[in-house]
Amino acid sequence: MMAFLTRRKSLLVAASAALALSLSACGGSSSTTTNPPVAEKPSFPADSTMAKLASAGKITIGTKFDQPLFGQKGLDGKPVGFDVEIGKLMAAKLGIPADKIEWVETVSANREQFLKQGKVDMIVATYTINDKRKAEVDFAGPYYEAGQALMVNKDNNSITKPEDVKGKNVCSVTGSTPASTIVEKYGAVLVPAATYSACLEPLRNHQVEAVTTDNVILAGFVSKEPDAFKLASDQTFTKEPYGIGLKKDDTAFRTWVNDQLEASDKDGSYKKAWEDTAGTVIKTTPALPTIDRY
Amino acid sequence: MDVIIENLPQYWDGFLRTLFLSLISGIIALVFGTILAAARVSPVAALRGFSMTYVEIVRNTPLTIAFFFAAVVLPRLGVTFQQFEVAAIIALSAYTSAFIAEAVRSGVNSVPVGQAEAARSIGMQFTQVLSLIILPQALRTVIPPLINILIALVKNSSVAGAFYVLELFGQGKQLANANGDAVMWVLVGIAFFYLLITIPLGYLASVVERKVAIAR
Repeated sequence: MMAFLTRRKSLLVAASAALALSLSACGGSSSTTTNPPVAEKPSFPADSTMAKLASAGKITIGTKFDQPLFGQKGLDGKPVGFDVEIGKLMAAKLGIPADKIEWVETVSANREQFLKQGKVDMIVATYTINDKRKAEVDFAGPYYEAGQALMVNKDNNSITKPEDVKGKNVCSVTGSTPASTIVEKYGAVLVPAATYSACLEPLRNHQVEAVTTDNVILAGFVSKEPDAFKLASDQTFTKEPYGIGLKKDDTAFRTWVNDQLEASDKDGSYKKAWEDTAGTVIKTTPALPTIDRY
Repeated sequence: MDVIIENLPQYWDGFLRTLFLSLISGIIALVFGTILAAARVSPVAALRGFSMTYVEIVRNTPLTIAFFFAAVVLPRLGVTFQQFEVAAIIALSAYTSAFIAEAVRSGVNSVPVGQAEAARSIGMQFTQVLSLIILPQALRTVIPPLINILIALVKNSSVAGAFYVLELFGQGKQLANANGDAVMWVLVGIAFFYLLITIPLGYLASVVERKVAIAR
């Protein structure tokens, strides 16, 4: 493909690729993933969502574009991360290659709406399963279970458990579940940021005592700056089961996605998806949590 | 609809913080903006230059940059504060005062130059001319644009939600996530509380205008 490009264009491409590489390197995510093998002519019951998607030959998947290790969009315009790999796995089982997936950014506030309006076929976006959300959408999975933790400055030994942050400034992302937990359960003073990376500056400047969110995200930051930050404790104090969001009442599709998750665990593609992405930072590969077929 | 009533405490909390940010920043911006405008028409070249440079730079850069400087760059330089409202007020008032300066300047220009000359001829100093003759007339003519700027300030304060301050918009994001089943109503509630500030402000403008405005 490079051969068709003019000299100047190829220079540009090379430059942006180099930039993307260096950025993704500091983002801690690897861009060396190989796409999962695509199923050839899978057969599905007629009129099922799987059959429709498979015959259309393309799928729209919602993910986060700003979540390191899970779904983060690089300069090349392609999101990378564990969520993205899970999405690719599901698409592959439908016979849809990775380049036929249309990635749509879904943020916390629009995920339910996007599913309802049919703007996306599924959402893999560090989407915690809870009852309020279950009233609006269906969840397959969980495919991963994270838990909330605290990150502090390296020299801070006064905070080891969530009870220690009572009345202190703690940074988290506006509207996230960890943000409300730390305030409602542990009485911290929330300093809300737009993204988790925006919490690093106030922490460095001692304007906040701690940053809180799911352990996997914090681990990403610690691994980048082990001299500046550390996890307050290895223990997590909540359970955040991440599920795949699907349109409500499409039980056949949900069952199928659940089956595929279990299959991917058996054939090792789940493990590979983890090792290619979040596993670059968090060395222990998690076991697939028990699927909740409610 | 229920979601608004259930979460009224959060809305109220955000509302008060937005009101607080707008009020304090508004007052600082009005004072600083008027001083900038005065500097702009002053006989001292250095003051004119400073005022012009300030207005041109601040007015022509996004508010987000002002926030970034106040909330991230200042702490790096050692100016740390535990309350991020301080950063928000610095950014909002610095940004808004540039617009107020331009509005006031246009008011000053609308006062016929003969008035200033007459005041000078009876022996008034520049500061006297400005504070006794020019500004009282100038400010009256620019009340509508000033209120416009203040309404914009109220809405601009929502940027603080992205810079560590849990004001109305930040609360809205929080509630939208907690209530995935009623995102639309959460946002309708947010809009309502903004209107609760901006509509009375617009009304105030027309009242004040009727009372003090002078036709030219």
